[in-house]
Amino acid sequence: MDGDVDDHLRSIEGDIRKVMEMKERTKLLLIAGVFLAAYYIPWDHALIRQSGLEAFMMLREYAREHVLTCLIPAFFIAGAIAVFVSQGAILKYFGSQASKILSYSVASVSGSILAVCSCTVLPLFAGIYTRGAGIGPATAFLYSGPAINILAITLTAKVLGWQMGLARAIGAVVFAVITGLLMALIFRKDDAARTTGQIYVPDADDGKRTLLQDGMYLLIMVLILIFAAFARPASDATGLWPMIFAYKWYITVVLLSILALMLKAWFTRDECVNWIDSTWGFMKQIFPLLIGGVLVAGFMLGRPGHQALIPEHYVQSLLGGNSLWANLFASVAGALMYFATLTEIPILQGLIGSGMGKGPALALLLAGPALSLPNMLVIGSVMGVRKTATFCSIIVIMSTIAGLIYGSFAG
Amino acid sequence: MEIKVLGPGCARCQQTEKIVREAVAETGVEAQIEKITDTMKIAGYGVFGTPAVVVDGEVKSVGKIPDKEEIKAWLEP
Repeated sequence: MDGDVDDHLRSIEGDIRKVMEMKERTKLLLIAGVFLAAYYIPWDHALIRQSGLEAFMMLREYAREHVLTCLIPAFFIAGAIAVFVSQGAILKYFGSQASKILSYSVASVSGSILAVCSCTVLPLFAGIYTRGAGIGPATAFLYSGPAINILAITLTAKVLGWQMGLARAIGAVVFAVITGLLMALIFRKDDAARTTGQIYVPDADDGKRTLLQDGMYLLIMVLILIFAAFARPASDATGLWPMIFAYKWYITVVLLSILALMLKAWFTRDECVNWIDSTWGFMKQIFPLLIGGVLVAGFMLGRPGHQALIPEHYVQSLLGGNSLWANLFASVAGALMYFATLTEIPILQGLIGSGMGKGPALALLLAGPALSLPNMLVIGSVMGVRKTATFCSIIVIMSTIAGLIYGSFAG
Repeated sequence: MEIKVLGPGCARCQQTEKIVREAVAETGVEAQIEKITDTMKIAGYGVFGTPAVVVDGEVKSVGKIPDKEEIKAWLEP
């Protein structure tokens, strides 16, 4: 008996040592890389200086224009959704008994509610695929999960214009449904091979508020976001928009007071603490990545109208205009690249500033966040190479088409 | 007793594992704790949401970090 335990311990020690050794080697490579970069990069070269300046100018632009009015309210909304919207109530539409139409509709929009973190998306996808509603709703959810979360859509609309935000939101929902239906159609035979068995969904909280109250609460926060982030209308505009713009801070303050009253009347102290906790969790997780993304995008591409490391004519020749080639290149590149949450936005801003067309930009937004090489590998381990390849091809082809269509309107 | 913590390795899953270990240590129950990160194995338990805790084959919690008191109640024979 003792021998067994000893063996067990020894094997654990071995595992730990292996992991540590890996880490030491990675650390060494990392330090060597930084050293070589510090040694050889011509830091005093005019282009490098200009690029470094651009990186921080772009960071300042985000800090001044987007953080307070857009990101912070959006984080609070994401936090509220994560805490107050009952996952159990939504997940029951993914069971094997659920109606197909409901499954698809819920799958295509639930990304905005369920998935702000990839650690929910993949297990849930595997669950729906193997035990629940099958490959169609599972792939619809897999696509929509990261593609339409509320943070991504708001920041896209704020930074790249509301047209792009709207096109991204609509594109993501439509794509989710079409991808799901196509996958279900192509692989309809093996859907029968699904295993059945007990499924466990997260406990539904016993609601202390009515659906109307929860809805109003989220609506007020969305309104706060819209008014706080309200863009200055063109100087020659007349009518409603300039008026709203002139009063936007008054409107925002009124909305904030309504929110405060709602919180006092409908929510317990514990719930508010949970809400703040989960908002803080998102901020902690996402802000460092976003800062990194903005710095890299600024260094490589610069703000619109400013030159940085990558010459603009490269971007223009690969991604400019609205050709089939430019759209296809953008969607394939987007599908392979890994974008940490939200970082696709500064990168696209830099690319558009350097001459990328609007069509290819949308193609990259639609193919990018949902797919990446690392997550293809995980998806592959769940549903096999053939289905994963089909899934990725469908998304790349549709993104290219959507880019072509959007580009012909937006120019 | 056999306890499995299911989760692909996100912060919430690690926190769950930590709390489970603490609860086991505090009650002094003899239990093997295993962390399961493989997506297909997680799906095999039928859980639609992580982190999840499975005690002796029975799914005890899904999609949340359980409190320590709750875990101690599962550990009682």
